[in-house]
Amino acid sequence: MRAALFVTCVNDAVYPATGIATVRLLERLGVDVDFPEAQTCCGQPQFNTGYRRETEPLVRRMTRAFEGYDYVVTPSGSCAAMVRHHYPKIGDEAAASLAARTYELTEFLVDVVGVTDVGAHFPHTVTYHPSCHGLRLLGLGERPRKLLESVRGLELRELPGADECCGFGGTFAVKNSDVSAAMGQDKVSNAVSTGAEVLCGADNSCLMHIGGIVSREGAPLRPVHLAEILASTEEEPWS
Amino acid sequence: MSGTYLGMPAFPVAAKEAVGNETLRGNLRHATHTIRDKRAKAVAELDDWALLREAGKRIKDHTLRHLDRYLVRLEESVTAAGGVVHWAADADEANRIVAELVKATGETEVVKVKSMATQEIGLNEALEAEGISAYETDLAELIVQLGDDRPSHILVPAIHRNRGEIRDIFRDRMGAWGRPAPDGLSDTPGELAEAARLHLREKFLRAKVGISGANFMVAETGTLVVFESEGNGRMCLTLPETLISVVGIEKVVPSWRDLEVFLQTLPRSSTAERMNPYTSMWTGTHDADGPSTFHLVLLDNGRTNTLADEVGRQALRCIRCSACLNVCPVYERAGGHAYGSVYPGPIGAILSPQLRGIQSEIDASLPYASSLCGACYDVCPVAIDIPEVLVHLRERVADQGGKGHRLEKAAMKAAGWVFDHPRVMAAGERAASKTRRLHPSKLPGAGAWTDSRDLPELPPESFRDWWKKHHNDRKDTGT
Amino acid sequence: MSTGAGAASGTGTGRGGGTGTGTSGGSRERILARIRAAVADAPDAPEAARDYLETHTPDERVIDLLAENLADYRALVHRTDSEGLPTLIARLLAERGARTVLVPPLLPAFWLSALSSVGTDLIRVEDDPTATARELDVVDSVITGCALAIAETGTLVLDAAPDQGRRRITLVPDHHICVVRTADQVVGSVPQAMPLLDPTRPLTWISGPSATSDIELDRVEGVHGPRTLEVILLTE
Repeated sequence: MRAALFVTCVNDAVYPATGIATVRLLERLGVDVDFPEAQTCCGQPQFNTGYRRETEPLVRRMTRAFEGYDYVVTPSGSCAAMVRHHYPKIGDEAAASLAARTYELTEFLVDVVGVTDVGAHFPHTVTYHPSCHGLRLLGLGERPRKLLESVRGLELRELPGADECCGFGGTFAVKNSDVSAAMGQDKVSNAVSTGAEVLCGADNSCLMHIGGIVSREGAPLRPVHLAEILASTEEEPWS
Repeated sequence: MSGTYLGMPAFPVAAKEAVGNETLRGNLRHATHTIRDKRAKAVAELDDWALLREAGKRIKDHTLRHLDRYLVRLEESVTAAGGVVHWAADADEANRIVAELVKATGETEVVKVKSMATQEIGLNEALEAEGISAYETDLAELIVQLGDDRPSHILVPAIHRNRGEIRDIFRDRMGAWGRPAPDGLSDTPGELAEAARLHLREKFLRAKVGISGANFMVAETGTLVVFESEGNGRMCLTLPETLISVVGIEKVVPSWRDLEVFLQTLPRSSTAERMNPYTSMWTGTHDADGPSTFHLVLLDNGRTNTLADEVGRQALRCIRCSACLNVCPVYERAGGHAYGSVYPGPIGAILSPQLRGIQSEIDASLPYASSLCGACYDVCPVAIDIPEVLVHLRERVADQGGKGHRLEKAAMKAAGWVFDHPRVMAAGERAASKTRRLHPSKLPGAGAWTDSRDLPELPPESFRDWWKKHHNDRKDTGT
Repeated sequence: MSTGAGAASGTGTGRGGGTGTGTSGGSRERILARIRAAVADAPDAPEAARDYLETHTPDERVIDLLAENLADYRALVHRTDSEGLPTLIARLLAERGARTVLVPPLLPAFWLSALSSVGTDLIRVEDDPTATARELDVVDSVITGCALAIAETGTLVLDAAPDQGRRRITLVPDHHICVVRTADQVVGSVPQAMPLLDPTRPLTWISGPSATSDIELDRVEGVHGPRTLEVILLTE
């Protein structure tokens, strides 16, 4: 099975480890991964801030970059939702076709590859924050939980108020920084209250915001992307 | 809309104060979390909820598409049933009509049922200027009126007050408006409700003019519907001799049977009840039962502007249940006042800028008062895609230009150019990675982010640089 | 303000007489014109399909569910048959300590036939259109029938028929006893109730005693309407 990785601009520049983990994981599961280098940003920040016209060239670029791949996989619920929900409205038929071929990582694993046990080993206590776009726009449902529950050594702790937004929201985080930070602080308190060592998420933009608060407050919590947990094995533990 | 809110600061400024107010945040958190879980349970009782939601949406969309026809039909039905219909293009005209109708009765006081439309037009203030006292009779409205306060929630305008604060307001202020609070009033909700009952009863019993809004108007029959809990609505709708209802034109539904959808979805979405304690339905005037004179004032006040916007018009489906407020993480922390409108929360963020226009600082900031988390859309009983409208209104604000938006547009264009040139982007990533040891966790000028959050540390190399090596290794090993 | 050619209907289009606001005629045409312009290019929006459920409740569950839902919102629910009804009503009024009871114009005579057996000084107050609200305010209790009851929502619907009286008599007194005939007055759901109701009559839907959620969004019973609602489910 061949799939193109849509790594996302945030992961490319700031969190390459998540992209690397995704490649390792998929290759371990026998997927032939390709990385079309013409890809950049899906345009979500522009679109959600009200710059639809500025989004259009990026949609065209992405559409071209992923032409010809049956499966386009991304370790970001938010960027997957942008492509799936908004590309058909912004772009042409090719953009709509990309929307139909784009999968968030856990969807790809559970629905396409057909696995929930990916053979991972991660001996830590973990609590999971389901980011809004994965939860509500994509309807990821139980997929991330099923994957985490199959990880050997991992103890999953219930996150209170899990379905509440962490407060990132793209430019919301700077345009309404006080409310955004207050939401993030509550999310961190809830995560800390579980006693888990690791706060897992499937969207690094949310984890960047949450991690920024964790770091500032010195909270006893390590934000880790789901792909990195799933990539970790007993032989090759993820750092 | 009312002048009360003119000159409101932009949302982030108003919200900052609320975020720092521990009491307010505690009150809002407690109230919204209480209702959230109850709503979910009430909705889960109906296994056809999704179908009811879709039917509600489509009834509203169909009505709005043919709004002229249904308003004319409504006018005929109400008139045939003994009512008098007036049309008001804006707040001033509606206020003028109501004031003249009250003056024609010779009365100088009126009792009011909670009504968003009359709050929106600032009717109480307009009547006061004409020497007419308007008494709010809904418990939360009474708390707001006695406290010389502003409403902060659609359903529970005094949601920002806890029981102790309400007790203090009743104790200190009731005497100036009528019957004082009982001696030794405690802060138990039961005693507070009793104090309101005693205070308002004398006003109900002598009232000659009642003023209301309506949740629904049925074009086919001319029936108006008011949902309420306390009985103050029934008092105002049945005891006075004259009833004046001020209702937004979008509140019409075509047929009697359409009510069966909203009678199921509104209470469960709003107070999380299977049914609210009292719903009153009246059709014009009824012989020797209730008011002998009934006036209906149909209000536009920005609604036809909203109707003209192909994306934004869905906001007119709103049945004012306030479920979106109760689940909104931004509302929970910013409070209702920060929205600078009688319509706070997610629905307010899309309704106010459409009804009032996006020229003022507050209205231009409201479309951004959301993280687009989508919780509001999930609970909306008429499926208003609030995030979609928010993004659409952001486009309109950005197009308008003005404070900050020109610079933002330039930045978006620049970023867009970089993203359209992957080599430039890769070079930028490499430059940033090389200098990463020099990056402080707090950047000057990045205060909006770094006041409360550290910036992430940049990696030694970007993913695309790693990929090149990985890909070459793969080719070398022939995998 | 311009009135335009189509503004013949003017203000106050009803038989209650125009109030001469002077601008409404113009605004009527202006608002309608603005609506037509606003939706001129809007997509078609067909009438809604009514594919939601007609009821959520099997017939055999209807009476019990009504009782459960009434009680859940703090109505006091009693069950009796025709034979037991007069003494039950008499007992409820006596327990309440009522000295005066409002009665609508046409209550079945046997409902109140046992009043003399429990208290001799209970005064019947007729539903008099000339009575003032203050006069109603000193009455202790009111007893009525209803148009129908809805099980799923725990709702009584009153339509001001002669066995129910004017709307205000079930509002001002603090104690309301409502008799529901289970044989022919109870439906399962709201959609089942709609075709049975006459919108030309004034309708009052009552679901439990007066209540409020205005203090901290938590429901407490008892504000302006009757704070005690007793429902008698009458079997034949």
